[in-house]
Amino acid sequence: MTLRGKAAIVGVGEFKPSRYTEGATTLGMLAQVAGDAIADAGLEMGDVDGIVVESFAEAPFMAPATIVEYLGLDAKFSEVVDLGGATGAGMVVRAAAAIAAGLCETVVCTTATRRERRTTEGPKRTANSGFSGRLVDRTPAAEFDTPYGAIGANYGYAMIANRYRYEYGVTPEQLARIAVAQRYNACHNPQALFFGQPITVEDVLNSPVVVDPLHMLEIVMPVAGAAAVVVTSARKAKRMKQPAAYVLGAGEHTTHKSVTFAPSLTNTAIKASADAAFKMAGVRRKDLDVASIYDCYTITVLLSLEDAGFAKKGQGGRFVDEHNLQFDGDFPLNPHGGQLSFGQAGTAGGMSHVTEAARQVMGRAHGRQVKKCQLAFVNGNGGIMSDQVSLILGRER
Amino acid sequence: MTDAESTPPPAPAAPYTRPLPAPSAVSQPFWDAAQGHRLVIQRSKKTGKYVFYPRLVSPFGTDDELEWTEVSGRGTVYSYTVARRPTAPQWAAEGPYVIAIVELGEGPHMTANIIGCDPDSVRCGMTVEAAFVDVTPEVTLVQFRPTGEGSPAG
Repeated sequence: MTLRGKAAIVGVGEFKPSRYTEGATTLGMLAQVAGDAIADAGLEMGDVDGIVVESFAEAPFMAPATIVEYLGLDAKFSEVVDLGGATGAGMVVRAAAAIAAGLCETVVCTTATRRERRTTEGPKRTANSGFSGRLVDRTPAAEFDTPYGAIGANYGYAMIANRYRYEYGVTPEQLARIAVAQRYNACHNPQALFFGQPITVEDVLNSPVVVDPLHMLEIVMPVAGAAAVVVTSARKAKRMKQPAAYVLGAGEHTTHKSVTFAPSLTNTAIKASADAAFKMAGVRRKDLDVASIYDCYTITVLLSLEDAGFAKKGQGGRFVDEHNLQFDGDFPLNPHGGQLSFGQAGTAGGMSHVTEAARQVMGRAHGRQVKKCQLAFVNGNGGIMSDQVSLILGRER
Repeated sequence: MTDAESTPPPAPAAPYTRPLPAPSAVSQPFWDAAQGHRLVIQRSKKTGKYVFYPRLVSPFGTDDELEWTEVSGRGTVYSYTVARRPTAPQWAAEGPYVIAIVELGEGPHMTANIIGCDPDSVRCGMTVEAAFVDVTPEVTLVQFRPTGEGSPAG
């Protein structure tokens, strides 16, 4: 059995990322953006019979039931996905699998990240508070990484970049060009956080070094936001009026949680996840029209381009020099601006790579539409190159 | 001036405010050994391979068992970063510091700080040795410092 062509994304909902969400609840955001996606698909709540959600602070357990109740759904499939930044892509895989298995027909996958302005009152983020400050970490990483200040993600990606420079070599300018191309894309997307704020390679290199060798403008800024998609059976998608983004390939790979225990910092689990997705889809790398690749840092993109098979190993810097990564270039990458320039709203930031790929193959990416876009590659990356989920979406089954 | 009476008393040591490990029954031998300035990790009885962090179940086979063994404490820097900005508020008062993954001579990787040297002198492949830092009366952290000749002592 394969997932190829069994299900399709038929609706998307997404909030414009913002610095803060004063007074909003995560539950409210999850429900609202799910409703937007359902309406975008031309469906009603009663048409939805599956829910995929992440756990969130207001519902530390039974998150799917909480959303189902709030939206008045009647779900035959309720699922929580916990893959860090790969959660959005992983939700689509699980929704498609449930549909292909006949458990349900139409699933809404929803993500949201709330962000309050810091005040002197209330709980503060502590060293052990983990991703988005939601949970207290009692994993081995808390015992053997945290005491050394190995906290957050910046340090881990910086170590990846330094190891990559040691083994293969890449110049600061090459890494900076990735951020610059994505900012160009964001300047064509009014929904992007950094719309209207173009940058140059010099701007990136003149921004402060936060963790060697990464500059401020190579690092995502955490923001608030929400994103959702509706996944339905191919049978139902074919009968709908609007174009769909069919799930043609999917692959996942997880090898570690703490970066300390990554089998390699430079040869990542993306190779296995991408190979599986391409094999399932039966398409070649050169057939792809757009790449929507998780970009928490510039180095993430460089490694993903190599390990997903678009660039040769060790040649990522050269690939960036030889290709134009703008949405109107020869290798369109993250046309929405990527999380570096669209905004990194936690798991919703990861989902933005799914929503953008879907919009591109549906032909709905106004102002930044990649021409003749038929096939999109999506990569979701959780933790510090930990959970990898690859998808191939296509306009045709 | 060596007049003992005119020498101000040493300032009381500032309380240690950084996150401390919370050992489990499984990991306790590692922390106990660290307090004695020894580095012990687990080894597979079946394959002889070493593994870190401490665990109950061997990753080398369901019929395997792990045993504690003292190791050299020597290794190389697999990768590192110099944190120019603090990675957490508890490090805000410190200047640039090095976070590294050290590859022990026995194979496993450990995260630690590279101490006793200029942060900007750290490189991938640099040889290092364990340095035991007693941060509280109860806890000793395993850190690493360069072994190269001319490296200042940590």
